[in-house]
Amino acid sequence: MSPISTSGTIVFALVVTTLSAALLAVAATILKPAQDENVLKEKQQNILSLVGLNDPNDFKKFDQLVQGLVIDQDGQLVQGVDAISLDLPMEKKLSTKNPQYKVRYPMYVYRDPSGRTTYLLQAAGTGLWGPIWGYLALDEDGNTLRSAIFDHKGETPGLGAEINTDAFEQQFINKKLLNQQGDFVSVKVEKGKHDASMPHAVDAISGGTITSNGVSKMLEQDLACYLKYIRQQSTQSPQS
Amino acid sequence: MSDVLVQSPAEKKPLIGKKERKLITDPLSDNNPVTIQVLGICSALAVTTQMKPTMVMALSVTAVIALSNLVISLMRNAIPSRIRIIVQLTVVSVLVILVDQILKAYMYDISKQLSVFVGLIITNCIVMGRLEAYAMGNKPFPSLLDGLGNGFGYGAVILTVAFVRELLGSGKVFGFKVVPDVLYQAGYVNNGLMMIPAGALFVVACYIWVQRSLAKHLEEKE
Repeated sequence: MSPISTSGTIVFALVVTTLSAALLAVAATILKPAQDENVLKEKQQNILSLVGLNDPNDFKKFDQLVQGLVIDQDGQLVQGVDAISLDLPMEKKLSTKNPQYKVRYPMYVYRDPSGRTTYLLQAAGTGLWGPIWGYLALDEDGNTLRSAIFDHKGETPGLGAEINTDAFEQQFINKKLLNQQGDFVSVKVEKGKHDASMPHAVDAISGGTITSNGVSKMLEQDLACYLKYIRQQSTQSPQS
Repeated sequence: MSDVLVQSPAEKKPLIGKKERKLITDPLSDNNPVTIQVLGICSALAVTTQMKPTMVMALSVTAVIALSNLVISLMRNAIPSRIRIIVQLTVVSVLVILVDQILKAYMYDISKQLSVFVGLIITNCIVMGRLEAYAMGNKPFPSLLDGLGNGFGYGAVILTVAFVRELLGSGKVFGFKVVPDVLYQAGYVNNGLMMIPAGALFVVACYIWVQRSLAKHLEEKE
């Protein structure tokens, strides 16, 4: 191989990097719509599976099955924002940068065939290594949890990552958010054995304490905001 | 398919001769990148709990090795030797990012399961190893074959490992339950060791053991 001059080397490097960058930019632009659709679909699947709708045909009828709305952290309805495209983790990031910023929360109202309403809520927080998030179904009484789904970006397998197992998620079924006096106490993820007699706590994950605490914290923070709105609704229109 | 077979016997001979065939078959057994050269072990441990994501990983790695071998071989006389490693790395990274983006767009579930390991193909020693050892000094077509061969060799090993791990660890093959419920009721339990990376080490070790006892000529002479 003949030795190549320094300028030749630089030109070669520039050509290779420019071509690579151009190729990747084109690929990213072409593939973006399909990728965004996957993320959206996953979100819709999670939300519908909270109320037991797991049929792919249901996912296509998402907008007819549930009514999406957006509230802010004070429980006020926000108009003109699409619930499904609202990025809750991003909202929270904005509020940590600017304490004045009001976090907006997406929620979905589902009415089952018998006419009973379920509120489908979203929560987001941090675990040990990165973001964790959850989807929760709250009964129309604004108190009883019907189901919960959690997921995480990169918690430790076997430890914190256990939050997205059925065993952990099913503990939340029929837990209560309010105490006897009707005050918000949330559901805590705690050490020790918990059964139906303890309506406000579920078993933590051994070895996953920081992730467990993260779940407790995000539930307490986010459910409080949703409850502000849901309570207003039930006082305003008790007949529905 | 059939007209390809009819028209090409005259050209086919020189295209895939004995030497070319060896490029494909050697890495499958006697010169396997994983079990003989012991390269690319990290991903062989990480992604092999289930066969389906493993299959996608094997195809992704094969595509990256074959195409980067081809591209580097096409450029081999133009690459300034002082920056050849960084040029190789650039080509590999571009291909890996493309694979990752395509998986995210069309195989979202599997891309979530493989998570960071697709991106880590960049650091898979087999890829850079083949570029330095083969593509820099050979013509494009043999380089492409060499890349395919090594990708298949890698794929064969990780699929075998994944088969053993999924069967013993979850009682399934390709996601289908094969261990009957009766067996579980009789007290059979899945092997938890197979679900963690350490389990893969045992499987890879056994693979190497079996391969070396079958092919005695691989043993180093004392």
